[in-house]
Amino acid sequence: MVSNETSAPGGRGWPTNGKPALELKEHVVEVISDSGEGAQKCAQSFAAVAAKMGNGVWTVEIIPAEIQPPARSMAGASGNRIRVGSFYVTNGGDQADLVVAFNEQVLLGRLQAAEIKPGGIILLESKWATDPDAQIAHTYCEVRDRLRSEGYCLYEVPMETECLKCVSDARRGKNMFVLGLLNSLYSQDLDISQQQIVQTFGKKGAKVVQANRKLLEAGYQWAEANLDLKFRIPPAGITEPQIVVNGNTALALGIIASGMEVCAMYPITPATSASHYLSDVFEKAGGVVHQAEDEIAACCFAIGASYAGKCAVTITSGPGYSLKQEAIGLAAMGEIPLVVVNVQRGGPSTGQPTKMEQGDLLAACFGTHGDAPKVVMAAACIEDCFYSMIAARKIAETYRLPVIVLTDANLATAQQPFVRPKFQKEWVAPPIDQSPVPPGVRPYEWEARTGLSERFIPGRPGGIHTLTGLAHDRQSRVAYDPEVNQEGIHHRSLKLAAFQQTLKPPGVHGEDEGDLLVVGWGSTRGAIEEAVDRLRAEGEAVSALHLTFLWPMPSGLQEILRRFRKVLAVEASWCDRLEDDLVTEDNRRYSNLAWLLRARYLVDVDCWSEVKGQPIKPGSIEAALRSRLAGIPHRSLDPALTPSI
Amino acid sequence: MNPFLDERWLAAHDEYHRLEDYQGSTPRWCSGCGDHTILTALLRLCRDEQLPPEKTVFVSGIGCSSRFPHYLKTYGFHSLHGRALPVAEGIKLRRPDLHVFVTTGDGDCCSIGTAHWIHAIRYNMNLTVIMHDNHIYGLTKMQASPTSPRGLKSNTSPRGAYLDALNPLTTTLGVANVSFVAQAADWIPEVLHQLLSAAYRHRGFSFIRVLQRCPNYLPTHFDAWLQDPNRILLLTHSQGLQADAALARIYRNQCEHDPADLNRARELSSHPELMPIGILYRNEQVPCYEDVRRRTQTFTPEMIARVLDEEFDQFTVEPWVGAATVAEPNPPAPARATSPSLNLEAGPAQPRLEPASEARS
Repeated sequence: MVSNETSAPGGRGWPTNGKPALELKEHVVEVISDSGEGAQKCAQSFAAVAAKMGNGVWTVEIIPAEIQPPARSMAGASGNRIRVGSFYVTNGGDQADLVVAFNEQVLLGRLQAAEIKPGGIILLESKWATDPDAQIAHTYCEVRDRLRSEGYCLYEVPMETECLKCVSDARRGKNMFVLGLLNSLYSQDLDISQQQIVQTFGKKGAKVVQANRKLLEAGYQWAEANLDLKFRIPPAGITEPQIVVNGNTALALGIIASGMEVCAMYPITPATSASHYLSDVFEKAGGVVHQAEDEIAACCFAIGASYAGKCAVTITSGPGYSLKQEAIGLAAMGEIPLVVVNVQRGGPSTGQPTKMEQGDLLAACFGTHGDAPKVVMAAACIEDCFYSMIAARKIAETYRLPVIVLTDANLATAQQPFVRPKFQKEWVAPPIDQSPVPPGVRPYEWEARTGLSERFIPGRPGGIHTLTGLAHDRQSRVAYDPEVNQEGIHHRSLKLAAFQQTLKPPGVHGEDEGDLLVVGWGSTRGAIEEAVDRLRAEGEAVSALHLTFLWPMPSGLQEILRRFRKVLAVEASWCDRLEDDLVTEDNRRYSNLAWLLRARYLVDVDCWSEVKGQPIKPGSIEAALRSRLAGIPHRSLDPALTPSI
Repeated sequence: MNPFLDERWLAAHDEYHRLEDYQGSTPRWCSGCGDHTILTALLRLCRDEQLPPEKTVFVSGIGCSSRFPHYLKTYGFHSLHGRALPVAEGIKLRRPDLHVFVTTGDGDCCSIGTAHWIHAIRYNMNLTVIMHDNHIYGLTKMQASPTSPRGLKSNTSPRGAYLDALNPLTTTLGVANVSFVAQAADWIPEVLHQLLSAAYRHRGFSFIRVLQRCPNYLPTHFDAWLQDPNRILLLTHSQGLQADAALARIYRNQCEHDPADLNRARELSSHPELMPIGILYRNEQVPCYEDVRRRTQTFTPEMIARVLDEEFDQFTVEPWVGAATVAEPNPPAPARATSPSLNLEAGPAQPRLEPASEARS
């Protein structure tokens, strides 16, 4: 019965076996299972193979909330979403085109979350149809039939049966069987997967490698023989060696590359995996990861290490960031270099620990009490996570201030290949200065124009002073005089102006002027630009602007904003909807970036946001832009591109 | 130039630090404040140990006692309320070559900074921690502190403190990795100096609680002990405090206490009546966190380059030879702009795939 059921429903116009593969621009593929069934390893290997074949790739982790969710539960889906393209892929894309599910419950979970394209392709483990538990068998068949009737292109795959032909414990082998199956479906080179298996399982011995290769081939051959699907996604023309890591690993690699020596942290989702990886490798490079007793201690420990040595870093997420605020103010006041990474998650309070949100921008800029100038920057992609650490370290040391780097849960776990960096000595902090301080030079010898002064690291003869969080004079003596207090605030503020002068305005994605400018920051970049490109392809005069430096912002932005008839901030932080009864222009709460832009540039910036915890899809942004465009009278549509009706 | 002052003499003289060399700005504590005695004892310690001022760092939190670093001419770090310990730990971890002291108070250490205190004991870094305990908040003007005895009247407990006091000694002695605990009183300066020396010389986290008078808010608080020396129990030992004849005449209530005896230390420090003064506990065998985490490598750009290369190798995907076979002879650099997704149209109808060439670009 099972073998009969496994053949695809015929006559649907799918390219069949033996026929040339259907060439695709891209596909979004999900592999999902219960926790522990290896869907993640399968999907990651599939992504690695795609990357090796020259495709653009973006992977998104699908993680259940619990460590061990119950088996066959809708909330327990564990796996990955892989977007494979024949172009440089910058985001997770829209709904999935194809999903491989190890049971129907995890599949239902994804369908309920609207993550699967209606009518999409589903490859479903069929063993449940004959499950000894009649209830399970019934549920499975009911779901299978319903999905088919709803138009999904559902194929049953006897994963367990086929795997048992190769190995005794099918539960641990299905993932490689599925990898082989996907290799066949997407016309991938099986040799690359073979190498991938050697790389993944090599340490476990030849026997394990052999068993997995057998499963891989079985999956491939089964698909060739039984499925009438075959696709080919042409390479994106990527020819340079790529690094495939997630954003947190990229942060950790960036920390090593920057020459920072101390990372102090306290466990917090979704930031901690950066410290896991760093704990493993940092010592080889002479660094230390210190797990402190709490977030405040982690920040203060980093401040102590910075004060006595090179700039140090502390990594956290929203709740931890709130706790660190007072200490960040100390770094600003004492002019101690410090890098603080905030891998944002849903807030406020405990919020959504594993989910994506961009709600901490204003807290990063203004969170500390008093006037505490600091630099706030954001990573927009995985590559940015790496390079932002090098830039942040340099800025923090040059300007003697805290630098806040914002990433988010989307970047933390997403993988996107980027060009393998070539190490440069200039990335690394120079050895600490222990030379005597020239007579007469004071610890805060604020330069009149820039507010900059030289840092006296303990050990330097002649540099003795007591650093204090109290208002202080150039000698670091406690300021009892109101003039002295103002002088300190003045010079610390000047440093930001001096830094701002070094920033270049970001390039506009699209034309320099038009009807609508979409402004964003952080991980939404890929989705925003993709949505903008879709509309531009239809002739709409839409452009995008993405900011890396949020505080201070580079010069030239106002001119850019004013060249568009409407400016819209798109971000994953809440903004009130004007369609709500009581919301008016007088009380509307804008999203984070919109507040900043409105205050700074006196431009009537509108905002659109989504705070569902998921990376914002290009399709959602596209729809939002369409509705905003509809409100702009006499749009300057390009007639050549406007679809005729 | 004086012919007797040859260069060698000058060099030697230059390196000798006198008491005044460690004096910073004039203390602004109230007259009669116990902090003055503690400062004097620490100045003596710096001089006696000839600590290089540029290699010495005094770290403090917030409170009367935390003004301490300003009154010394060494490096100082006057940090945040309760956070002196983590700052000091960061300094010590990165710079084991520096002599790091922490001055903190009963509010700073035993209230807002309690978490750091407990964990600092466990880290056992080589820090000398002087906890000035006057049983009251002074800088914020007389509020009950965790060490205020029950019944003590303050601005926040006008009818008397409601709870029994926290005992910093038994608390410290109860934490894993405790390695040095002593108690001194500001009105017995010779003992204070001796104990500070012992604390400094102990390699590990040396916690010394100094009972300190606050003449402004609790002028008579310690009178019972001042007036009746028999309420003080002097802990003497060949490995601990040595009481000279003068001291022994005043403080007749003495007992020999071996600082290695942890249980007896806990017993002595929880005595309801007697105030033990001396070294309660010392264990030189507890490993220091900075030694456990000592860098095995010297940090160089070359090493970073090597480590990065090793790590990159693990994550590198070399494009397969076939990957470059795209339409263009010279494949363009990966463009930031992406193409829209495939037209796999939604709806319950049959899925419809369009070849890439027809997809929007």
